[in-house]
Amino acid sequence: MIKLTINGQAQDVDVAGDTPLLWVLRDTLGLTGTKYGCGKAICGACTVHVDGVPTRTCVMPVEAVAGKSITTIEGLSSNRSHPVQQAWIELDVPQCGYCQSGQIMAAAALLKQNPKPSDADIDSAMSGNICRCGTYPRIRKAIHRAAELSGKEGG
Amino acid sequence: MMRVPHDDMTRRSFLQTAATATGGLVIAVYLPACSKPEEAAKNAGPAKQITANAWLRIGTDGSITVLCDRAEMGQGVYTALPTLIAEELGVAPSTVKVEFAPPGKEYINNLLGGQVTGGSTSVRDAWEKLRMAGAEARTRLISAAAKDWGAPPQSCSVADGYVVFTSRRKSFGELAEVAAALPKPENVQLKGRNEFKYIGKPQLRLDTPAKVDGSAQFGIDVRLPGMVYAALAQPPELGASVKSFKADAAQGMPGVRHVLQTSSGVAVIADSWWQAHQARDALQIEWAPGKNAKLTSASIASGLRSASSGKGKEVRKEGDAESGLRSGRRVDATYELPMLAHATLEPQNCTVEFRDDGCHVYAPTQVQQLVQATAAQAAGLPPEKVFVHTTFLGGGFGRRLEGDFVPAAVECAKAASKPVKLLWTREDDMTHDKYRPPARNTLSAAFDTGGKLDAVKIHLVAPSVTARWFPAAVAKGEVDPFAVEAAHNFPYAVPNVYIDYLQHEIGIDVGYWRSVSHALNCFAVESFMDELAYAGQIDPYEFRRSMLDQQPRWQMVLDTAARKAGWGRAPSGHHQGIALMSGYDTYLAQVAEVSVQGNQLKVHRIVCAIDCGQMVNPGIVNAQAEGSIVFGLSAALFNEINIANGRVKEQNFNDYRMLRLNETPKIEVYVVDSTEKPGGMGEPAVALVAPAVCNAIFAATRKRIRALPIAKQGFTV
Repeated sequence: MIKLTINGQAQDVDVAGDTPLLWVLRDTLGLTGTKYGCGKAICGACTVHVDGVPTRTCVMPVEAVAGKSITTIEGLSSNRSHPVQQAWIELDVPQCGYCQSGQIMAAAALLKQNPKPSDADIDSAMSGNICRCGTYPRIRKAIHRAAELSGKEGG
Repeated sequence: MMRVPHDDMTRRSFLQTAATATGGLVIAVYLPACSKPEEAAKNAGPAKQITANAWLRIGTDGSITVLCDRAEMGQGVYTALPTLIAEELGVAPSTVKVEFAPPGKEYINNLLGGQVTGGSTSVRDAWEKLRMAGAEARTRLISAAAKDWGAPPQSCSVADGYVVFTSRRKSFGELAEVAAALPKPENVQLKGRNEFKYIGKPQLRLDTPAKVDGSAQFGIDVRLPGMVYAALAQPPELGASVKSFKADAAQGMPGVRHVLQTSSGVAVIADSWWQAHQARDALQIEWAPGKNAKLTSASIASGLRSASSGKGKEVRKEGDAESGLRSGRRVDATYELPMLAHATLEPQNCTVEFRDDGCHVYAPTQVQQLVQATAAQAAGLPPEKVFVHTTFLGGGFGRRLEGDFVPAAVECAKAASKPVKLLWTREDDMTHDKYRPPARNTLSAAFDTGGKLDAVKIHLVAPSVTARWFPAAVAKGEVDPFAVEAAHNFPYAVPNVYIDYLQHEIGIDVGYWRSVSHALNCFAVESFMDELAYAGQIDPYEFRRSMLDQQPRWQMVLDTAARKAGWGRAPSGHHQGIALMSGYDTYLAQVAEVSVQGNQLKVHRIVCAIDCGQMVNPGIVNAQAEGSIVFGLSAALFNEINIANGRVKEQNFNDYRMLRLNETPKIEVYVVDSTEKPGGMGEPAVALVAPAVCNAIFAATRKRIRALPIAKQGFTV
């Protein structure tokens, strides 16, 4: 048994320790919002937060995150109220939507660490996430918008 | 007067031919009797659901459900199609519940002859059909209320889910049952354009909320009680087959339940996908080589090159291009395009369960009927015993017009006697695609003594996707209309024009790839127009503009793109290139702005002007243009599929590179006002990117790129 804390809840999972966290989330725990895209940490579709740090779950053995705090897209907010989610809705960012959980988790991590990111900051934080539909221009705008929304909440 | 064939006419006459030749499209053969929306309605919730028509159910509680009969792969049908019905019903699209429709005759796409999401046809096909469906339902609801009140129907109206007459009102929910029982109304009136409340107005997408919280269900996300998982080993060499295999090692691995040979390889079924995947890699399989064992990219290219000396089927002829070419100052150029993978971010997958009533297939598909037919064949069941459940698609781009990912899932579910989800890896997906055809297009032109363009000849050489999809039609001697796009409608006023297409097969299957042959042919035609402008020492924009006198919609987008881009006034060190195209009843022009320092290329900005007729959702039109430009830029800069010994070399996104956010140029989209009927927007903007960027590179460097991708032409990106 491996002990995990996922979206604030303690979970015991009975899987081989070298199983990538992605498949534990998706198949063992049914948290399918986190996506498989490449299996090689190239595309970012599988991004979650591990102790607040954006992490590629497709190459992360589950035993390596035992005891750490894991947040998936399902746990980012209970009602789509996270500023990144709000900005994404306001600017109609997703197209097919498949990469967007990963994009949103990467953006949320960026804003937590840097509440007012510049375009260059966005470039460096988001260049690991592929969007095949090409929603990048809207992702950039939505991150700036989310920063505004967070600013308002904070103030 | 020059004849510019109309896209729709070409397609319709083609489909007529296809239907005559094959006795109906291949997939239509399997079409079951009418689907039964009522059955789905039974499970729709506590309120009784009344079926108004194939696309609309009204609950006795007033809830409105629209059945979306096209696949949502990012292009926005989940929002646009319900908007058409909601508009006529007088309800806000945001109040409507949307479900994906099952396969059914009533859902056939009239522009393609099957229940197909492709060819940027969804809104064009639905434009009148779905508004009529909404208007007819409205007419019935009004009749039902008017009868009840003894009021004249023409004095009643609808608002927000109610029929209203003076101060009285009745909800759609109260009226639905009576309305549905009324005879089919005559004299159904569509709203006038000036009455539109939702069509053409900014409306947020209906699928966004589910796509920002992880709840949107893609094919890969389907979970059924007792479900197990499958991974599939397919022959690395395209067209090879299983000779023998040893499963001992795999069978002993944790979680493994079955190892079986399928029609397409060897599958491992296990309790989790990761276990199935690991066991798959432990299989020892000997493959029997097939006909492609010696196929290489070089042999494909040389095949196209030798074929190119032949004569194709005539596509268009005006005047006498050959004699024009003999007498004038002549320019020739050949353009080569590589094969490409679709690379949907969601790899191919399919989930299947056999139940008492038949075989249930959960698939991210663009063609419900094909999945039904394919699964029926694999299951040994009649098609009406196969139930197709369409999920959201994690990208489509034409990849999911194929049914190749279905049979093995059916075979696994049969073997396991349990629901099975079969998932391909990224590498499986990259190496077992139906690739965008390669092409070798040769263009020739001549100027007369006065320096005017006198003759143009376009010789297109490529394999035909349609030959596989509708084989009888193409065998009958018809030109594949999906192979000559963006060439057959050459818009420039030139006295002598000759266009032909030579179908040359390459040994492996090719597939429809977003924008299909527009991307192949627009690159050739618009690069060549640029070459001719420079050869004639005329500004490339002015050169095109001077030959569009009879073409107002082409002119408008060309002028708009040039004006918005500040044509001729690029910032210092930046250079511009322009391209023009019409496809899917949409007219577009793009201006790319680049800089080249040494060999370092940077694309700074792409301006796109569009006339797509009446828009249903302006936000989605803009998004499709933005996304198409990114998609087109990945292909232009980086992408090619290479073959060695019948095997695809590219495996994953490390060697099939996608444009990233930090590499994305500034993209500006300008849509001109238009009251023409809607044009398609899912694809066309893809095709102009490569010629616009390559023309800009020429402006910067005087180096002409005649083969893609750009990164293979001596530029670092």
